[in-house]
Amino acid sequence: MSFSIEQFSATRRLVLQGAGTVVLMSLGNLVAPPALAAANDNYPEEAFKQKADKDAIQALYGRTAEASDKVKLDAPEIAENGAVVPIAVTTTLENVTSISFLVSGNPNALAASYAIPSGTLPSVSNRLKMQQTSNVIAIVEAGGKLYSATKEVKVTVGGCGG
Amino acid sequence: MASTIRVRAIANGDTTEVQALIQHPMDSGFVKDAQGQLIPAHFIQQLTFEHNGKGVFIADWGPAVAKDPYVKFAFKGAAKGDELKISWVDNKGASDSTRAKIQ
Amino acid sequence: MRGRFVPALFLALISAALAAGVIVQAATAGETPNPAADAKAFRDFYVKKFPNVKLEDFVNGPYSLNEDMRRQWQEKEEFPPYEFALESGKEMFATPFKNGKTYADCFENGGIGVRQNFPYFDVKQGEVVTLELALNRCRAANGEAPLSYVKDDMASLTAYMAYTSRGKPFDIRIPDDPRALAAYENGKRYFYTRRGQLNFSCASCHVQSPGERLRAEILAPALGILNAMPIYRSEWAGMGTISRRFITCNSQTRAVPEEAQSENYRDLEYFLSYVSNGLPISGPGARP
Repeated sequence: MSFSIEQFSATRRLVLQGAGTVVLMSLGNLVAPPALAAANDNYPEEAFKQKADKDAIQALYGRTAEASDKVKLDAPEIAENGAVVPIAVTTTLENVTSISFLVSGNPNALAASYAIPSGTLPSVSNRLKMQQTSNVIAIVEAGGKLYSATKEVKVTVGGCGG
Repeated sequence: MASTIRVRAIANGDTTEVQALIQHPMDSGFVKDAQGQLIPAHFIQQLTFEHNGKGVFIADWGPAVAKDPYVKFAFKGAAKGDELKISWVDNKGASDSTRAKIQ
Repeated sequence: MRGRFVPALFLALISAALAAGVIVQAATAGETPNPAADAKAFRDFYVKKFPNVKLEDFVNGPYSLNEDMRRQWQEKEEFPPYEFALESGKEMFATPFKNGKTYADCFENGGIGVRQNFPYFDVKQGEVVTLELALNRCRAANGEAPLSYVKDDMASLTAYMAYTSRGKPFDIRIPDDPRALAAYENGKRYFYTRRGQLNFSCASCHVQSPGERLRAEILAPALGILNAMPIYRSEWAGMGTISRRFITCNSQTRAVPEEAQSENYRDLEYFLSYVSNGLPISGPGARP
């Protein structure tokens, strides 16, 4: 079994190979012990509780993001239905370690956060809920810095529904 | 009981593309039922994909992820015939996991 | 574009109605019904209205008419929301009844690849038989309780049967029987008749305004409108059958809905399916 040496920022948890439940948070090189986070280990509870996107980003990463055209956010102009909005992000940035999605107009801005271990492509597609027309923000953590892309997605009540 | 997890993992050279669809209500806790009672929050919090015991993609989800959630990503270093392990845990402590062969 | 769509559309519909832009079928009062001519006129109307849409693409409803919506739909079709209902339907279809028989025993070809033949006119019973009706009759004949017509198990079963017919063109027959013709004509009449508080007919939206917005939704053309059934609607966060859509559409246009599988609804399905003959079954489908 080969070990992989990961380098993550202080605020992101590590997921390493092996068996076990230890989760480490540190800078610098690490030798791999165990495993997969135990249930809900290091789930960013505080970040998910934040209302504003800036606060959620701060809670998750401990810093602010700068807009970058190297982050490509794919989201519709008008959501077909706010309950299921397909949103994807990809980037040409290197050494990506984390990708997150926020919806500014939701009661709690943070929707999803993904750990991108070395060897995984910096590209994620998912489907999110949007309560109302608002900005969708994609955050990419690369080389220890934060980059973002923002797009407004319109959400209205369907005409043939309620 | 059948697994709640449906996976498609396809190897294209050194890159494996993975799509997963999971059967889960992902209730946000903000919605009321027909009687006007709040339906309690019930959503997957962590979803993990492992290859050869190594985590290749880990999702931390909140209730704003859509019902019957879908996710797609890709990673290198696997080959056709390899096994992928997928597992999730929700806010009620329930979990499910499955294994899928890379096509 | 932001704004108030409803009043604008309302005015548009009223003036369009007055301008009588509706396609008038070959048969008017007193003339001999000619379903084949109706179907051709129906098809020609939409092809002319949307020259850039391929005929078989009409079965994709609003997605054939709006690029932004289409992309969202295509993303969802990669791993569609009806996946679970489809699997469940396949399993249900194969599970024997208490008496040991299966659904396959009630249908020709074991029920595989037959969805495009429904509804048909049963000359013995003198009525239109839809797939849902046939499934519940199959259950009754084998001592099983009927399923709700609108969702859940019925939607799962019809999802599976539609799936086995994907790509096959609608092949609805009107036998040489005055009652069959009468049922077809009744369905057509229902389609074009205004009803309810909003005084809309099916045609008001699906003939006069396909491709246009009703608030955030894009209206689907009536041509091919049943081909994707049953559907997973984001609005329902679940599956629904043709019955469910007829009922909810009546409610939403503030008309009194009928009972699922009422004579009018079955005749309406007969008419709509017939005029879409030749277009491929695409079900199960996903819609907003």
